[in-house]
Amino acid sequence: MSEPLLVGDDLTLSFGPTNALAGASLAVASGEIVALLGPSGSGKSTLLHCLAGILRPDSGSVHYRGQRLDDRSDEARSQLRRSDFGFVFQFGSLVPELTAVENVALPLRLGGLRRRAAEARAVEWLDRLEVGAQAGQRPGAMSGGQQQRVALARALVTGPRVVFADEPTGALDSLTGELVMTHLVDSARQLGSAVVLVTHEARIAAYADREVVLRDGVLARPSGVPA
Amino acid sequence: MSLPQTLLGLLEREPRHGYDLKREYDAHFGERRPVKSAQVYATLGRLLRDGEILVLGTERVDGPDRTSYALSAEGVTQLERWLAEPEPATPYLQSAVYVKVVLALRSGRPAEHILDAQRQAHLTLMRELTARKRGADLATTLACDFTLFHLEADLRWLEHTAARLDRLATELTGNGGGR
Repeated sequence: MSEPLLVGDDLTLSFGPTNALAGASLAVASGEIVALLGPSGSGKSTLLHCLAGILRPDSGSVHYRGQRLDDRSDEARSQLRRSDFGFVFQFGSLVPELTAVENVALPLRLGGLRRRAAEARAVEWLDRLEVGAQAGQRPGAMSGGQQQRVALARALVTGPRVVFADEPTGALDSLTGELVMTHLVDSARQLGSAVVLVTHEARIAAYADREVVLRDGVLARPSGVPA
Repeated sequence: MSLPQTLLGLLEREPRHGYDLKREYDAHFGERRPVKSAQVYATLGRLLRDGEILVLGTERVDGPDRTSYALSAEGVTQLERWLAEPEPATPYLQSAVYVKVVLALRSGRPAEHILDAQRQAHLTLMRELTARKRGADLATTLACDFTLFHLEADLRWLEHTAARLDRLATELTGNGGGR
């Protein structure tokens, strides 16, 4: 692998007596789609949160574009997440009071873009993910699959270098899940974004370039870890 | 796959030559393992002997003689019976991997790598099938999905087993060895 974009090295993190991560290491290249597979409680979501700078590991390090990420301030990590990362979660990603277009425009507005320009780009992304007709609707009026595509549009609208997707199809039926994954993979390839995908479904992991398996907070089959 | 019944099914819509049947079989079902012409002709011979198909005639167009076959009333009956029967629910993967795991544990060898290697092989094939679905027609997509769902079920069994290897080793050897 050439210089990795994102590297988590020997990460540990405990929640009380529970060791969620027990020395997990993972390197992700630019534009690479990596699936984190494993049973419930194996630490895959915790690893995603550490790599994304949402959680700080107890020990180990996270480097993003060659710079240490985990020891930055909360504000600096928050800023980085807004500028470089996109997020899709299983549930509740969208702000219920906002319409689809307002939801998708939100990260652009937070980045300082004017409302009209932000919403124009949001509409482009909604069209691209085939939910343009739902632009004026609030999440409660949309199906689960439509909501998840809106959430995907919001994650992608800033052109992130990394998309973190935590069980993005976990609440969807298999056909709708495939549609969401096809959009996620196609869009990430077009943008050149890396994707860190947490899933417990092998069929969903099969959309990735490679998969790593977590068990009890460590990688069952370490892969892509720099020497 | 049952070749005789599949040929009956392919003949139902209209009469066919043996060569046409082979081509149609390969187009629908033979992507990974095309049927041999000799198999097709031998099977047609047996179906003819059993009265499930009829010879409509023989013609020659720029080459060897070609015999045209059609479904008989008995053939329709056999086809309908076969279509109505459920296939045996065969645990085809589990049996082979399970035997390997048990034999490894009984002999004190580690068994986890057997499951890891199988998981890797399954995931590699699943990635290939997922890639093949992109831009494919619906028939190809559904054929890939059929295999994908079965592979996924196998993987769930692999995970289920991986989490219980210690207990299985204890049961098999009485001392928990093998890992």
